[in-house]
Amino acid sequence: MSGQEQMQGAGQGNHGFAHPVPMKILVGVAAALIALTILTVLLSDFHFGAFDIWIAMGIAAAKGTLVALFFMHLYWDKRFNGFVFIASLFFVAIFIGFVLLDTHTYEDGVKQYQQDHPPSSHSVPLSGEHK
Amino acid sequence: MSQAIDSIHGDQGQLSHEPHVAHHFESAEQQYDSAKLGMWVFLVTEILFFSGLFCVYAVYRSLHPEVFLYAHQWLDKGLGALNTVVLIISSFTMAWAVRNAQLGQKKALMINLTLTLVCAGTFMGIKAKEYSQKFEHGTTWGASFHPHDNAFGETHDGGELKKEDMPPNTQLFFSIYFALTGLHGLHVLIGMGLILWLLVRAAKGTFGPEYFTPVDIVGLYWHLVDLIWIFLFPLLYLIH
Amino acid sequence: MTSIPMPEEGTLTTKPVVDETNYLKSAYGIKSWLLTQDHKRIAIMYMIGIGIAFLLGGLFALAVRLELWTPTKTIVEAATYNKLFTLHGAIMTFLVLVPSIPAILGNFVLPMMLGAKDVAFPKLNLLSFYLWLLGAIGFVVVLFAGDLDTGWTFYAPYSIRTQTAVALAATGAFILGFSSILTGLNFMVTIHKMRAKTMGWFRMPLLLWGLYATSVIQIVATPVIGITVGMLFLEKLFHIGFFDPKLGGDPVLFEHFFWFYSHPVVYVMILPAMGVISEIITAMSRKHIFGYTFIAFSSIAIALFGFLVWGHHMFVSGQSSLMSTIFSLLTFSVSIPSAIKVFNWLATMYKGSISLAPPMLFAMGFLFLFGIGGLTGLFLGTLNTDVHLHDTYFIVAHFHYTMMGSALIGLIGGLFFYWPKIFGRMYSHLLGTISFILIFVGFNLTFIPQFLMGSMGMPRRYYNYPPEFQAYHQWSTVGSFVLAAGLFTALWCFIHSLFRGEKAPDNPWGAVTLDWKTSSPPHHHNFDIVPPVTDPYDMDDVYWDEESKGYISRSQQAALQELAAGVSGTQEKNS
Repeated sequence: MSGQEQMQGAGQGNHGFAHPVPMKILVGVAAALIALTILTVLLSDFHFGAFDIWIAMGIAAAKGTLVALFFMHLYWDKRFNGFVFIASLFFVAIFIGFVLLDTHTYEDGVKQYQQDHPPSSHSVPLSGEHK
Repeated sequence: MSQAIDSIHGDQGQLSHEPHVAHHFESAEQQYDSAKLGMWVFLVTEILFFSGLFCVYAVYRSLHPEVFLYAHQWLDKGLGALNTVVLIISSFTMAWAVRNAQLGQKKALMINLTLTLVCAGTFMGIKAKEYSQKFEHGTTWGASFHPHDNAFGETHDGGELKKEDMPPNTQLFFSIYFALTGLHGLHVLIGMGLILWLLVRAAKGTFGPEYFTPVDIVGLYWHLVDLIWIFLFPLLYLIH
Repeated sequence: MTSIPMPEEGTLTTKPVVDETNYLKSAYGIKSWLLTQDHKRIAIMYMIGIGIAFLLGGLFALAVRLELWTPTKTIVEAATYNKLFTLHGAIMTFLVLVPSIPAILGNFVLPMMLGAKDVAFPKLNLLSFYLWLLGAIGFVVVLFAGDLDTGWTFYAPYSIRTQTAVALAATGAFILGFSSILTGLNFMVTIHKMRAKTMGWFRMPLLLWGLYATSVIQIVATPVIGITVGMLFLEKLFHIGFFDPKLGGDPVLFEHFFWFYSHPVVYVMILPAMGVISEIITAMSRKHIFGYTFIAFSSIAIALFGFLVWGHHMFVSGQSSLMSTIFSLLTFSVSIPSAIKVFNWLATMYKGSISLAPPMLFAMGFLFLFGIGGLTGLFLGTLNTDVHLHDTYFIVAHFHYTMMGSALIGLIGGLFFYWPKIFGRMYSHLLGTISFILIFVGFNLTFIPQFLMGSMGMPRRYYNYPPEFQAYHQWSTVGSFVLAAGLFTALWCFIHSLFRGEKAPDNPWGAVTLDWKTSSPPHHHNFDIVPPVTDPYDMDDVYWDEESKGYISRSQQAALQELAAGVSGTQEKNS
């Protein structure tokens, strides 16, 4: 199989930039992704308290890394493409991080206000009073 | 001064141009690298685009965890997991299709693109089933959130949803659910259009070791759509 | 600015001559413009489009100023007044300032500065223009068909409740965002992949560093405004409730989303202008730029810091005091790279042989006005003074000094600088100088009174005001008309040059960057033969040539001679 791979690789013409990903890796990554999906669904039946979300996100991040590295070819690509991708996550972190920090610090003020001004039925609708 | 001569590449360059290489590029490789970087930069904009909704999710889930805990029981974990697997398979066939294009395997390329398209269609079909359930139950977004009596009762997990337990602001969960999955679904539809376009071009024999850029960059787009779903699935369906 | 030579009109009967050495004559007919993929022609289409939008936005501003002549109704009703300032703000930000320098000057010179034939994705470049046009049409429809009274910021929950055309304007802004992203993406890839072979990052002209930093912001920030106006759209149509307190939503969240884009975007306006100023000052002082790497990296630093300060627009919005303190602190950090730039420009001018041609006048005007705009920003970044000054005319004056006094002055200066290259015609220096004096005097006359009345508490956006502010408002209105006269003089100067201007030499200013080493106007593919890459500010590379009334590059001449003499020799060596 690998010998055949190399022959095909050699027959690619004169461009060095085509890099077919070996079938073994593609199949392996797909299998790992499905296995991790099953794992995260199974784990969702157990309760780990505050860690639940981090476990679920950790598995998702592992799956995402597999997709980015192998399906999206970053493992072999020009390093800058990977840098661009990671930089975008950095900006997302700043965005969500600052906003969360803020909403959490003023939330106490909102709750205090709600305590001091008990809501009448029309000001906090359960649903659907917005017309 | 040899440096000066190196940088002289006037119109003579055009004569040696291969087909598929636009006039302003010097080589197929420069064109390919540019397209690839351009696509990655575009994916950055997609990530930031989705980040707005992820931010809304993070804010409201952390402020109202009880809403998410309660409302997520309306979602069918099994269908969500099935859709995850369907998308992973489509990503696999897409990655395989890129390999086919690079190796000039026309028939295999078309088969894999078709399989990707079938998976995408399956994903949207399952999504449509889930959506129609939400409309039947009246569990939709924002102001239109009026859960009917048939929405309550036994859940997919075997638990029980009681109307009197429903926390205030439950409509926020479904606003987020519809916004996120709707935007994601829109991206799946656009991806299906792109793959169809690839299929037509592949049938004409456009792609081969010399020229596979469109397959590669549509592939990148498709994997990103998969990647976003990989995060959406636990965030919406698997909540404790 | 709204007139270009359409060669086909006069020459249709006499059979137009296709001239590959002049991009204006390389093809004829309306289609050769509307469907062109040539970055230079796209730049000119942007120039016309943005010029018209600027005219429209400027007329709205004059109408606003005229209305404020008296404390009560002067010319229009209150509702019309709201519409006028909203459209003035929205048109000037989304249609003029954000695209202006990258789309006009950037499009024109970026590939040439790199020694490339075009941007990396010419078709996307054209698409970007048409998206801009589509977004512009959206705003024009709002203008004629509906009302818009939210201010350019579309703050929720008012924008959700108002019956005016918010959804349509939001769609327009969304489309314009796409256009902006495509330009940024194109420029970033072009700079990465299309540089001449011997051009390293630190041999790039500083305008390219400015445009690169700009494209980072366009790429990262613009999608967030896209999703924000998208959500606003869903609020209007489906009452989705993310920002609506009635449905459990949070209006402050909207402001976070809005400013995550809209703060960085002010650097989209100013960074390219700073790049243009770097080019003008070094060429006009006949001196190598002082502190090249500092200016280059300060552009990147401004772009990155720009993402950390958005909350300073929200000090009085209900943002938590913790975040306000953090944002205030970070805001001051932006002043460091900005000041680095200003000091380096001044050091470049020090002991230079300064020519006071119109581009340099505008560049020096920029330094002055940007100084005022930047320093008044410090009062607004300070928490306690901001509480007093927020939403007063002080803010209006501050951001006009940075947006109009800096970004737009940079654009006009850049137009005066690149005009000979773009159209191959010189303009009247006298007219250019008069326009500068009128613009500079008019601008300060308009906005200094606004600083004063703002600090006394006159709120912005008000239709009526107490009589004690009338004198300030009237001075401001007078200033705005002087400013308009200056802008029209500049327009007249440009149009006049197209018909009466002398033929421009290839390099009238003695700049050393590659874009000045091709013909004026440039070759259809930018260069006949790409000139050798040198230090972009090595003034010894060029000398004045009395015969052509322009500068000539020594390295380019040497390379051409070597090429002519050595063609046969190299061929032998190669075989």
